[in-house]
Amino acid sequence: MPSPARTATLRDAVGLGMAVGLYGVAFGAAAVGAGLDPWQALVMSALMFTGASQFALVGVLGAGGGALAAVGSALLLGTRNTVYGVRLAPMLAPRGWWRRAGAAHWVIDETTAMAVAAPDRELGRLAFWVTGATIYLGWNATTLVGALGAGSLGETAQAALDSVVPAAFLALLWPRLRRGATEAAVQRRVALGGAVLALVLTPFVPAGVQVVLAVVAVALAGRPRARAVSA
Amino acid sequence: MSTGAVWAVVLAGSLGCYLLKLAGLSVPAAWVERPWVTRVVDFVPAALLAALVAVQAATSGDALVLDGRLAGLAVAAVALALRAPFIVVLVLAGATGAVVHVLAG
Repeated sequence: MPSPARTATLRDAVGLGMAVGLYGVAFGAAAVGAGLDPWQALVMSALMFTGASQFALVGVLGAGGGALAAVGSALLLGTRNTVYGVRLAPMLAPRGWWRRAGAAHWVIDETTAMAVAAPDRELGRLAFWVTGATIYLGWNATTLVGALGAGSLGETAQAALDSVVPAAFLALLWPRLRRGATEAAVQRRVALGGAVLALVLTPFVPAGVQVVLAVVAVALAGRPRARAVSA
Repeated sequence: MSTGAVWAVVLAGSLGCYLLKLAGLSVPAAWVERPWVTRVVDFVPAALLAALVAVQAATSGDALVLDGRLAGLAVAAVALALRAPFIVVLVLAGATGAVVHVLAG
């Protein structure tokens, strides 16, 4: 039953999926630059499937970090998907264990944003599944392109890639700091605190650990506001 | 790190991230939707992503390093402020890093 709202939802979901898929090239290249092989990069996109955590894991490994710091930073960034899941559960209402297990794999920033923004529950579910499918296919395909492409880079191209990785993290961070974002000023304070803490700790802790310890900067956000209690 | 160890990190991280997603769809909402929990979760990405920006752009091993990466980051920040698309931001940052590498090399 095609309707204008349904068509608009499908168009937005596919459009967002294709745009996000481009990040996969950067991830695949960053993973190989950090010392993973293309299969490891692809398995991460297929099984982990949450961009910021994937970038963090390869970022920590690339900086010479250990297993615990790499997994720890990925998990810390993965916690927000738990909150997304709680918000999506009433809408998706996955019946049965298998459906819930399948839906869970696609609970990420973009599918949540699209589902929550949809005008009603049915379109929300449609947006979730279509956005999830488009991003999943695009993200995995472009990861492979980036990973295979990065393997053939010369020295100057490697220097270019070294500059692409911090820029990719900045691009992931930027929307949270932009004017108009929720509590943008507090987000900026926390971000600055995290960056300073990581740099100060760098000479004193094993590689990668400073990234996990930077989570302490969240304390700069202060107490929950009273309004949040009733929300 | 050996290939086997990297595989272990990849699989352990993937399993953990999946379980965090599954927990959201499975546990009672009241467990997660507490003011303190949601506040911390809201701000964890800012702290960690900023730490990763700093570490990736300005450190090498346990030392602070100034090189083309920081120049690339500055260019990326300007591009983001001008609302350039993601791919343009990355290409400009990469090109800047490459130019500094060639000039300094």
